[in-house]
Amino acid sequence: MEHIGETMSDLILDIRNLHVSVEGKEIIKGINLTINSGEIHAIMGRNGSGKSTLAHVLMGHPAYEITKGEISFLGKPIEDYDVFERARAGMFLSFQYPPSIPGVQVGNFLKKSVNNVRDENVKAREFRKELNSAMEKLEMDRSFLSRYVNDGFSGGEKKRLEMLQMMLLKPSLALLDETDSGLDIDALRLVAKGINETAENIGVLLITHYQRLLDLVKPDFVHAMIDGKFVKSGGAELALELESKGYDWLEA
Amino acid sequence: MSEDASNAVGDYKYGFHDPENATIRFDKGLTEQVVRDISELKNEPEWMTEIRVKAYHHFMDRPMPNWGNCSMLDSIDFDNVTYFLRSSEQTEKNWDDVPDDIKNTFDRLGIPEAEQKWLGGVTAQYESEAVYHSIREDLEEQGVIFLDMDSGLKEYPELVKKYFCTVVPYADNKFSALNTAVWSGGSFIYVPKGVHVEMPVQAYFRINAKNMGQFVRTLIIADEGSSIHYVEGCTAPTYSTDSLHSAVVELIAMDGAKIRYSTVQNWSANVYNLVTKRGIAHKNAVVEWVDGNIGSKLTMKYPAVILKGEGSHAEIISVAYAGEGQHQDAGAKVHHLASNTTSNILSKSISKNGGRSSYRGLLKVNPKAHGCRSKVVCDALMLDEDSRSDTYPTMEVSNSSADLEHEASVSKISGDQLFYLMSRGFSEEEAMGLIVNGFFEPFTRELPMEYAVELNKLLELEMEGAIG
Repeated sequence: MEHIGETMSDLILDIRNLHVSVEGKEIIKGINLTINSGEIHAIMGRNGSGKSTLAHVLMGHPAYEITKGEISFLGKPIEDYDVFERARAGMFLSFQYPPSIPGVQVGNFLKKSVNNVRDENVKAREFRKELNSAMEKLEMDRSFLSRYVNDGFSGGEKKRLEMLQMMLLKPSLALLDETDSGLDIDALRLVAKGINETAENIGVLLITHYQRLLDLVKPDFVHAMIDGKFVKSGGAELALELESKGYDWLEA
Repeated sequence: MSEDASNAVGDYKYGFHDPENATIRFDKGLTEQVVRDISELKNEPEWMTEIRVKAYHHFMDRPMPNWGNCSMLDSIDFDNVTYFLRSSEQTEKNWDDVPDDIKNTFDRLGIPEAEQKWLGGVTAQYESEAVYHSIREDLEEQGVIFLDMDSGLKEYPELVKKYFCTVVPYADNKFSALNTAVWSGGSFIYVPKGVHVEMPVQAYFRINAKNMGQFVRTLIIADEGSSIHYVEGCTAPTYSTDSLHSAVVELIAMDGAKIRYSTVQNWSANVYNLVTKRGIAHKNAVVEWVDGNIGSKLTMKYPAVILKGEGSHAEIISVAYAGEGQHQDAGAKVHHLASNTTSNILSKSISKNGGRSSYRGLLKVNPKAHGCRSKVVCDALMLDEDSRSDTYPTMEVSNSSADLEHEASVSKISGDQLFYLMSRGFSEEEAMGLIVNGFFEPFTRELPMEYAVELNKLLELEMEGAIG
């Protein structure tokens, strides 16, 4: 099997005229987006505008059907690849609502995940070192490691675990689906730290409702999404404009 | 691997078999003469022969259970079973002296290695009798008796006579009668007062011959304030015809003693596994059953604890995995006879590819038992629409002061869980394996680590080919 992710270039993600349907209903109605390494793109929009659908279709969720258009990831069309192959090639999705996996300890899960996405099995000592350093930055207690994945976690704990995974998996494209929602200011600060720590030299797609995360993680591009389309794209200043003016003025 | 294995189900890695080099093999079928011959061959005391014969007649007269899986039970052909097969003239104390074929089998099962690493003693039974037996010297010096049951009867006839059939009478059920009539092998353990056996002792049961009947009999007595952890494992080759394993296990925990009995049965999918396991807990004693049922065609087994002494405690943790063509009818029984007794029952089952798992439980509280507490939790995980899971809990509570909790759940692996794990680089099969291992985790964490690792590997193997 040919693997994606073998060609090295600055172009991480290229989306052309993308249309996506769920159960026959069109949610995304023609999107173009190019993400190069080192770029942070933020997508802002109201509930139901198609933001999360975009993140899920990129990761390969089986419920979403691409009806038109192309997506290429690291120079290869991604439709032919299963979810786990995308992950192994360097794509990462931070879930808005990560499910719990009872009985599976965080430490074991992290070790296995890291081994999945890296070409060589990481040595135990090296892994411990990376893990300790990342957990310290996210101010996570060691006791996290023996808990079951997301089981009984608070919203903030779940998001911090998502960030920990991102830091350890070292993706080339990080899709962050409302990673800031439901967080208090301290948790938000830690999540932003996790993103900034990882974002250098990779592509980041940040999906958010609010400006407040963008004060801490500075986007290079902001796209306003309404009804499955980008209606306006700009720099960081667009986020501020959307925050103060809302979306009504963008509707035709 | 022989042609017999060609219709094996799945990737049962213990499905190999060795040539059958029996030194004594009885003709198939069961008669009173067969029962007497087994007893005579073993030079048993008269009382044992008599109890065997009585049990034989009870077995013949007693109808098949009319519950569980009747069609599977009715298809057992008792005339086509070999009731006794001796494959080695003696029980060796050194692996090197065990006949090569048999030694080879246990090498492949990893038994001698495990002994060196983490066990206090080992019995390896092949067909009807133990072929190897050892116990650490320090345990022997403390007066711990750990023998195969036949040697136990020879060396400690009075002790065996005192306790044999006291916890599970031969007339308890049809299969306890069968076992009592033709029992051979199993373990006999006595732990003296106050002695704590720190390392687990292990018995490994292997059926090799076709149409074999293995009738293991185990008796464990933990004297006052002592403790022991006994572990057993079971495998058999995959044949197209059926074998029968019908064991009886009796545990006696005297005042303040603790017995933990852990089993992972991984019989091949042609073995009927019909087992009666029961323990008595005296004052402040603890009896724990950690019971894993992964293999076999039909298992009917309900580890039981009789809480006879005040303040005694029962812990029964069981898992069952039912794949294609398998029915795991397993569960737990606790009888609160005395006051302030407590019990915890946790049962977890997985059904896949049309497999069926049933939880059958009985919880009884006597009228004079005050202040008893019990918690029962049954969780079932179904991996597809073709599989089946049932729960048959029975509670007979005759004392109003009892504090009882019962929880039951049936779940499926969710698409969200699979997508999440796959987005972390797990293939769909690996993701299912991880979820399944997690589901069984409350059980596996109770096992010695080596067993837990092996069980997790086994379940991951079972998940291969689970997709599509």
